[in-house]
Amino acid sequence: MKDIAVSMKHITKNFSGINVLKDVSFNIYKGRVMALVGENGAGKSTLMKILTGVYLKTDGEIYLDGSEVSFNDTHSSQEAGIAIIHQELNLVKDLSIGENIFLGREPVSGRGRIMWKRLYENSEYWLKKLGLNENPRELVRNLSVGKQQLVEIAKALSIDAKVIIMDEPTGALTPAETQKLFNVINDLKREGKSIVYISHRLQEIFEICDDVTVLRDGELIGEKSVSETDEDKVIEMMVGRKLSEQYPRIETAIGQDVFRVESLSNEFVKDISFSLRQSETLGVAGLMGSSRTELMRTLYGIYPYKGDIFLNGTKIKILSPMDALNFGIAYVSEDRKTNGIITDMSVRDNITMSSLKKFTSALGLINKNKEQASANNYIETMSIKTAGTYQLLKYLSGGNQQKVSIAKNLNTSPKILILDEPTRGVDVGARKDIYDLINKFKKEGMCIIVVSSDIPEVLGICDRIMVMHEGKISGFLQQKDATQEAIMTLAVGKDVYNDDH
Amino acid sequence: MTTIKKLLKNKPLIVLLAASVVVAIINPRFLTWGNILTVLRQTSINAVIATGMTFAILIGGIDLSVGSVLGFCGAIAAAMISSGINVFVVVITALMLGTFIGFLNGTLITAGRLQPFIATLGTVTLLRGLILVFTKGRPISTGSTGASEAFGKIGTGFIGPIPIPVYIMIVVFILAYYILNHTRIGRYIYATGSNEEATIYSGIKTSRVKLFVYSVSGMTAALAGILITARLGSAQPTAGAGYELDAIAAVVLGGTSMAGGVGTIAGTAIGALIIGILNNALNLMKVPSYYQDVAKGIVILAAVLLDRKQKLSR
Ligand SMILES: Nc1ncnc2c1ncn2[C@@H]1O[C@H](COP(=O)(O)OP(=O)(O)OP(=O)(O)O)[C@@H](O)[C@H]1O
Ligand SMILES: [Mg+2]
Repeated sequence: MKDIAVSMKHITKNFSGINVLKDVSFNIYKGRVMALVGENGAGKSTLMKILTGVYLKTDGEIYLDGSEVSFNDTHSSQEAGIAIIHQELNLVKDLSIGENIFLGREPVSGRGRIMWKRLYENSEYWLKKLGLNENPRELVRNLSVGKQQLVEIAKALSIDAKVIIMDEPTGALTPAETQKLFNVINDLKREGKSIVYISHRLQEIFEICDDVTVLRDGELIGEKSVSETDEDKVIEMMVGRKLSEQYPRIETAIGQDVFRVESLSNEFVKDISFSLRQSETLGVAGLMGSSRTELMRTLYGIYPYKGDIFLNGTKIKILSPMDALNFGIAYVSEDRKTNGIITDMSVRDNITMSSLKKFTSALGLINKNKEQASANNYIETMSIKTAGTYQLLKYLSGGNQQKVSIAKNLNTSPKILILDEPTRGVDVGARKDIYDLINKFKKEGMCIIVVSSDIPEVLGICDRIMVMHEGKISGFLQQKDATQEAIMTLAVGKDVYNDDH
Repeated sequence: MTTIKKLLKNKPLIVLLAASVVVAIINPRFLTWGNILTVLRQTSINAVIATGMTFAILIGGIDLSVGSVLGFCGAIAAAMISSGINVFVVVITALMLGTFIGFLNGTLITAGRLQPFIATLGTVTLLRGLILVFTKGRPISTGSTGASEAFGKIGTGFIGPIPIPVYIMIVVFILAYYILNHTRIGRYIYATGSNEEATIYSGIKTSRVKLFVYSVSGMTAALAGILITARLGSAQPTAGAGYELDAIAAVVLGGTSMAGGVGTIAGTAIGALIIGILNNALNLMKVPSYYQDVAKGIVILAAVLLDRKQKLSR
């Protein structure tokens, strides 16, 4: 018999008239991990925000250990022993790791002074547990997204809650980090704590979870024991139909060299040389800290560099994102909230932000009809779930924000499209849509670089894989010779240069 | 139905209407045609400055130098007019001067990487000093040349029943509305104020956006300087002192967020009118001037607090 820790009954939520959750009931059991899955915009995060008092429910009841509760803010849900790791990072970037972990709960002495030593020692304990080798005095701003994610996790764990909700905790983590987190989750289970685990990576569900609840379009589809179901069944419950092959890689005739980088170096990367051919999809793999993102941002004009970049044989100098876009290089950021999208602006404004020139007359006036049509086009072709083009991006679910971020870049009609963790937080169905899009661009002759920590994804869709280790290229693998092991070997830096092409 | 709902959500408009009703009940003279025109004319100066200020606040900045730009450009204009230079030339020169000072503010903020507060505060001291040097601390009369008569019309004239400054105010509002809502730079202003990093990643040079915004703010301040000098027939050395505060108050009353990214010109227009009506009402009620400031401060704080409360509740 499973012991219920939390039970949410008949939860309904309306956002200014739009019904986002319909009569959803959800249980969390003691000492077990409950998976919560569903497509982007299904209502997973909303349900958890209702449980923790971020949003107020429109209707329904919540029971904690058998008695009805209602939280008006996260502070009271924390007091009651419920902690949440939000899908979006919520750290104060100019405070240290330790200050962030204990923000608002700083240990204070009798005389009201903050006990810094205690604070940093405790922080260190949690960082160690998660395998994050950083000084807790380091500013969060200086950490990669993945490490920031680990700090968020440490923050939630340090509350010592009975119920811990993890909303896509592994989105930015590499396999090793994910494994560490799983060890921690197993420890927590043993201590009798309850966990809610939200993820779009279904393999993870089958590895770490005991039960699974599926939502679709704000409705409860069902709850199952993980042992009595399988991945295909869960997908079918999520999307309401069977999905065909997950990685639809297509072979295209790979053409001439289009883009070439020669001995590029800067404060992040060293001696980077590679080239990209027409219609080629290059995967970039590596561990956290291998400076893959920094390399891509250098190519996008964010960081200065030494070395040469050639486009169609002509040497170019990329000094700013404006230059990069003018040369036809677009970049979909891995950190969408910070620099991928503008959450306080509408879906339409975001989709046309990088390509507004296209929609402007000689006098500088924006042709709103044209802009509207373009936004609608992307909403349709990429199945972006939104109330309309006027909706502010902050009201879209994480996965749909990601699609907008990609649409914004596609709108610049790039020749070279750099996708940094493009499917992070994107549901199975939409992920396949993105792969299909990649294939479509490939057929049209676009060069695509996919930076991804999801190795099956890299193996599944790329023609060639470049592996990085500590700011250097440790090797290239052709799709046909690439295996998970081969990539990992290079990623940890065991091998030097293999071969190009 | 939905439009009524939308209007009811518009806090600044409600405050404006409520203020008008209360004032009209207390003093029926408020609603006379003559008084309404007076309010509009008196509002025009602050409204023009507040328009530029809206731009500055929308990108998450601030321009404290507007009052001193007003004073400086007004003094230069007065001196030029008194020496008989053509009105058109004078107006263009004064506007260009204001734009240039704004551009310098923008340069200090972008290339010099100064906080907008600090950069424009420095400009205030500098310009106030220059004004004293230039005017030797005495008012500069526009004189009684043909040019001065024509110049005076800008501040005192009418077209039909309506004072010229009111037309100017309306044109400035319309232009600003167009820029913010229908042009690329307008979109970039909102983007820069909302998330500068993401805007840069979208291939936009936010430093150019900032230069544009501070130039506009300098230009509108110079325009206000022309209006005030033309109306008074002279440039006072202390002209414009403290005007930045009324402009900021109008912008904030109009619902623009000091954090940037959120706000409208319509809001600023309403905000400026609220302040104008308040000034007018206090005069009509013959409140002594020292108490007027106290009353104004209280009303502004109350209005802003009300708005904040509304935004915080879910
Ligand atoms: N504050 C809000 N105002 C209006 N609509 C909202 C708001 N927050 C969420 N929504 C809408 O509610 C729906 C559910 O969103 P939610 O974030 O819960 O999805 P999710 O299941 O977590 O998706 P994802 O996997 O993409 O994170 C979406 O359609 C979203 O647009
Ligand atoms: Mg979510």
